[in-house]
Amino acid sequence: MFDFLPIWIVILGLAVFFYVLLDGFDLGVGILYGFAPAEDRPLLMNSIAPIWDGNETWLILGGVGLLAVFPLAYAIIIPAVYFPILLMLLALVFRGVAFEFQFKNPAIRRLWRWGFCLGSVLATLAQGFVLGAFVQGFRVKGRDFAGTSFDWLTPFAATTGVALLLGYALLGAGWLVLKTEGHLQDWARRMGRICLLGVLAAIAVVSLWTPLADPAVAARWFSWPNVAFLAPVPVLTALAALAAWRALNGWGPDAGPFLWAMLLFLLSYLGIAISLWPYIVPRQVTVWEAASSQGTQAFLLIGTLFLLPVIAVYSSWSYWVFRGKVRGDVGYH
Amino acid sequence: MAFDPLLLSRIQWAWVISWHILLPAFTVGLASYIALLEGLSFATGNPAWLRASTFWTGIFAVSFGMGVVSGIVMPFQFGTNWARFSDATANVLSPMMAYEDLMAFFLEASFLGVLLFGRHLVPPWAHFVSAIMVAIGTLFSSFWILSVNSWMQTPAGFSRGEDGRFFPADWLQIVFNPSFPFRLAHTVTAFYITTGFVVLGVGAYLVRRAEPGSEPRLMMRMALALLAVLVPLQMLIGDMHGLNTREHQPAKLAAIEGRYDTAAPAPLTLIGWPDDAAAIMRYAIEVPRLGSLVLTHSWDGEIRGLKEWPADQRPPVAFPFFGFRVMVGIAFAMLAVVIAGLVLWRRGRLFETGWYLRLCQWFAPLGFVAVLAGWITTEVGRQPWTVYGHLRTEHSVSPSLTGADVALSLAAYGIVYLIMFPAGIAVMIGRIRAGLSLRAEPRDPVEGLQSRAPVKAPPPAAE
Ligand code: HDD
Ligand code: HEM
Ligand code: HEM
Repeated sequence: MFDFLPIWIVILGLAVFFYVLLDGFDLGVGILYGFAPAEDRPLLMNSIAPIWDGNETWLILGGVGLLAVFPLAYAIIIPAVYFPILLMLLALVFRGVAFEFQFKNPAIRRLWRWGFCLGSVLATLAQGFVLGAFVQGFRVKGRDFAGTSFDWLTPFAATTGVALLLGYALLGAGWLVLKTEGHLQDWARRMGRICLLGVLAAIAVVSLWTPLADPAVAARWFSWPNVAFLAPVPVLTALAALAAWRALNGWGPDAGPFLWAMLLFLLSYLGIAISLWPYIVPRQVTVWEAASSQGTQAFLLIGTLFLLPVIAVYSSWSYWVFRGKVRGDVGYH
Repeated sequence: MAFDPLLLSRIQWAWVISWHILLPAFTVGLASYIALLEGLSFATGNPAWLRASTFWTGIFAVSFGMGVVSGIVMPFQFGTNWARFSDATANVLSPMMAYEDLMAFFLEASFLGVLLFGRHLVPPWAHFVSAIMVAIGTLFSSFWILSVNSWMQTPAGFSRGEDGRFFPADWLQIVFNPSFPFRLAHTVTAFYITTGFVVLGVGAYLVRRAEPGSEPRLMMRMALALLAVLVPLQMLIGDMHGLNTREHQPAKLAAIEGRYDTAAPAPLTLIGWPDDAAAIMRYAIEVPRLGSLVLTHSWDGEIRGLKEWPADQRPPVAFPFFGFRVMVGIAFAMLAVVIAGLVLWRRGRLFETGWYLRLCQWFAPLGFVAVLAGWITTEVGRQPWTVYGHLRTEHSVSPSLTGADVALSLAAYGIVYLIMFPAGIAVMIGRIRAGLSLRAEPRDPVEGLQSRAPVKAPPPAAE
């Protein structure tokens, strides 16, 4: 029978990546919110108000897609990161409702605005911890996670947590460069440069840490002939970083910083995938062992292949409707 | 002190889903209502429809936001707390949940932005189409998630592997499992009724405080007309739903009826005090033969009692028994309100009768109570199974969790929801209080978001 799994790996990989990019930049805007000049803050929120809901829908697709394509991985990984998931969900609650909670009382309103910022920070941090815990792997017995609910709390996961904070903030800064002008755009460029330096440091640390901690990863990257095939990944990363830096300094169109930051994310994402392939629960369960039944994959694929292009059309349309600059140089009376 | 992770996970699930369901119960109905108002506005150009639509859209935005954030919590609950259930059932249930996301959530989310912020950015027809898309999205969502839930109630179309996992055999039977058509009809009707009573109550409130304009009266008339059809219809569907339950989940039906001993003919127990330990109904008030009549539509049909099942396969009686009586009690009270409203309308005194307007206000939240009561009946009546007759609840929970873990997470959900939901309700009440006139120009400050359009400054955040 025809094997659908490769198609599903591509679809699911893309869904998770889209989530990281899309919610990444709007969480990033939320993170930068705390550092923004007070009078510009509402503008930051407005720049993402019409689209954040659609972006979070990719998170659901990532979660439900994992359940549908790799149910065993879902049943092992999600309980293993019980508390980061809890933290992420609760943080997203505060962040999401803040868009609609316009209280008359200024003190209460300010509280919810800070909830928006703090929610963005905590949700990102939690996702970074999930990423770190995932790369390090989980204890498994039979078809169950066999560790404790605090296994995820490691120095490595803390590092990836901070790395993701910087990364999302970089995406957010890129988005703001694209969507604003005037002094607010200058500010976004400055924030972007700071984040970029942080991101590069984090990429370097993680790229050294994983092969040192795990001989299998080292072998994957440094053995011959892999080293020749994989060399483009770090080289391209360096070039993308350079381009992002120049774009943040005003070189090229306003979309530049955002696009280069996205490329950096893509390369890091590929790097992790290369290190871990073919495991979906690292060093424990491969993609084939975790896959759902052929019937399940086929039934879902029929509709998905039709629906994904349709979704792409109408969600691009809704982005198109809200195209253009949110003005940053308008005075307030 | 030792906590039981199973019991706490059940409480946590009940807590998060009960809050979640309250929002679809409102947004599914309201999305359709807004699409209708937008359509009338588009077709007639009468500004009253536009004002009414704008008013409700402001309230919808808040409830939708809360629906989304409480909804995102749900699919992750399956993984965090019910990992064994996920592993066992994913091959059957996960595509339906994925289809809910692909068909419903993306549709809602993309068009919601245009509905809320885009009135002046797109042509009027495109705005109207966006309203329709959001409404359709909410209905798709109900379709798929209720299919999932119904399959857990009345599983069909599957085979089981050697390790006990469920595998798909026939997708049509899985999606359209025996209780699904009834549950879908009954639940969506319930959502429309719930919204109808909110619209009626808010309309009555605005009429009472002499809000200028014709909109509050329009709202009341529209709601009454809808409810006059749906409330009786709901009773009919509910009756059919009950017959279906009798066929496929007889133990649940026995719990709903509070029947421990099989009887033919069976009386109808109006009220009583169930005692599971002794397996008797205390202080029962019964009407002879009525139980047989209602449930078998014959004078002496048999209703099976719980004693026919071993004690460890019986649901606890109290929740389904009282939950059902609350739901049906509310249904009859609603019918009375609707009939009274129609009579007053006939006599042309609908808007002058003070006690009736106040009554409508009191009834505004009752749909939510009925929805919760109905779900508690359904879900507790399914116990001790998560997949009825096949997978027990105690075999569904994640094995790695300790009682302390779940106690901590439950406390966190408790605190956050008790802050978030009351705040959201306060915001919605605030928008209702603000009335129609204030929101004539919808969300103007945020609208546009472009520099080519006439630029307006957003309001300063806090100051
Ligand atoms: C406005 C809300 C509302 C109203 C007025 C009613 N119901 Fe209901 N009922 C629901 C809202 C609801 C619900 C919340 O939507 C449930 C929970 C699960 C389901 O399928 O629908 C439900 C479940 C439910 C069940 C359980 C089915 C099962 O789990 O197997 C039965 C037997 C009935 N209903 C019967 C009735 C009858 C006979 C009613 C009127 C006389 C009635 N309901 C009015
Ligand atoms: C939306 C309205 C719903 C409400 C108010 C509700 C409420 C409840 C309650 C009160 C329980 C606990 C029963 C008990 O422990 O005795 C429960 C159990 C459960 N429900 Fe629902 N439910 C709803 C819909 C759903 C749906 C749509 C699904 C599946 C997609 C679902 C899946 C489950 C599962 C897996 C359990 C087992 C866990 C447990 O027993 O606590 N429920 N639900
Ligand atoms: C009777 C049961 C349920 C119905 C009818 C229902 C319906 C809906 C609807 C209409 C929405 C859109 C937002 C809104 O209108 O508030 C929504 C949101 C959501 N629901 Fe539920 N739901 C139910 C139970 C569940 C359950 C059990 C899950 C978990 C599997 C779930 C997952 C979600 C998610 C993830 C969202 C967010 C969607 C978004 O981003 O737009 N729902 N639900």
